[in-house]
Amino acid sequence: MKYSYYPGCTLKNKAKELDRYARVCAEKLGFELEEISEWQCCGGVYPLGSDEIATKLASVRALNEAKEKNQDLITLCSACHHVLKRVNDDMKNVEDIRTRANNYMQLAQPYQGETKVVHYLEVLRDVIGFDALKEKVTNPLAGKKIGAYYGCLVLRPGKILEFDDPENPSIIEDFIRAIGAEPVIYPYRNECCGGYISLKEKELSRSMTDKIMESAAGFGADMLITACPLCRYNLNMSGSDSAVPVYYFTELLAEALGVKEEVSR
Amino acid sequence: MTKAEKQAELIREISGTDPYKCMKCGKCSASCPSFSEMDIKPHQFVSYVLHDDIETLANSRSLWKCLSCFACVERCPRDVKPGKLIDAARQLVIRQRGQDYLKADEIPELLDPELPQQLLVSAFRRYRR
Ligand code: SF4
Ligand code: SF4
Repeated sequence: MKYSYYPGCTLKNKAKELDRYARVCAEKLGFELEEISEWQCCGGVYPLGSDEIATKLASVRALNEAKEKNQDLITLCSACHHVLKRVNDDMKNVEDIRTRANNYMQLAQPYQGETKVVHYLEVLRDVIGFDALKEKVTNPLAGKKIGAYYGCLVLRPGKILEFDDPENPSIIEDFIRAIGAEPVIYPYRNECCGGYISLKEKELSRSMTDKIMESAAGFGADMLITACPLCRYNLNMSGSDSAVPVYYFTELLAEALGVKEEVSR
Repeated sequence: MTKAEKQAELIREISGTDPYKCMKCGKCSASCPSFSEMDIKPHQFVSYVLHDDIETLANSRSLWKCLSCFACVERCPRDVKPGKLIDAARQLVIRQRGQDYLKADEIPELLDPELPQQLLVSAFRRYRR
């Protein structure tokens, strides 16, 4: 199975591990990631103004390339996933945005939201299957108590993201079980880490991060996993205490599949 | 139309949401992780738009405390989307010349070696034109 793949700017830079572990795991699990040629940054956050068109075009270009190749489009970073998914929804369902974006783009065929955007975790759940994944695990992470940190971007708004139940998600807990560890359910797992607020509002960011970390530690998590570089940065760097380490889910997947060593750090 | 009415109309347009549907249940504010930092709370924000008082919103601290986390959007029983109204007010401010919340020359001292690109591009999009 071959997918178009949109890594995004952070996975080429500060979050290289998120990308590299994902690639070796895909190979091991038998699906191929074909990187979109000359993709441009999605902008990190979805442009909320309904009159904004230009800021959505980078996403449309990537979506259209996947359409032309007749492939589903895989994302890994929570932010890229959120932006591409929402722009795709606009192109499919919001006539004004669709018309204006296509006027700019002048494509051979207008883009109308045909591409299916899927998160890497959704491929594990819906295509590979967590039961099948479990069978491929050679190095189960037995005895580890892991908290899923969802944050906000992959879950909300639930009607558009359609990733999981936004209030009671289970996909990452199921993933944790599949790699042989024990999931820890704690109340703040789908609370926002503060996102971009950490650039200018350090205090606010600290108080948010602290609440999440206390919640996770209080429920007995040894570590947290996430799909978002900004969540990881905030949880690791913006709080007063980083007693619970935070990893990308792909790193643990690579460990469980016995391919971690193939990635040079 | 007065200037205030025009601005309120613009906020409704940019946000694409209908504040008239609000039933003042307060779920948005109860869900908001920035609640304590906001001078105008998410459910009050909706009322200000209803009363065409955009001037007050444009000067509100809340514009810069909202995280765009969509907790309020997800949980609003009437689909009012307060987070989108807040963003529209923020847009109204930063689209004016010289009103960027993040100035180019303050960026270097905000950086640290671990800072992901995602943080900068996100802040640029929310704080600048
Ligand atoms: S949750 Fe929705 S209906 Fe309730 S106060 Fe907030 S905006 Fe109004
Ligand atoms: S989007 Fe903004 S207003 Fe709404 S809950 Fe999040 S921080 Fe609060």
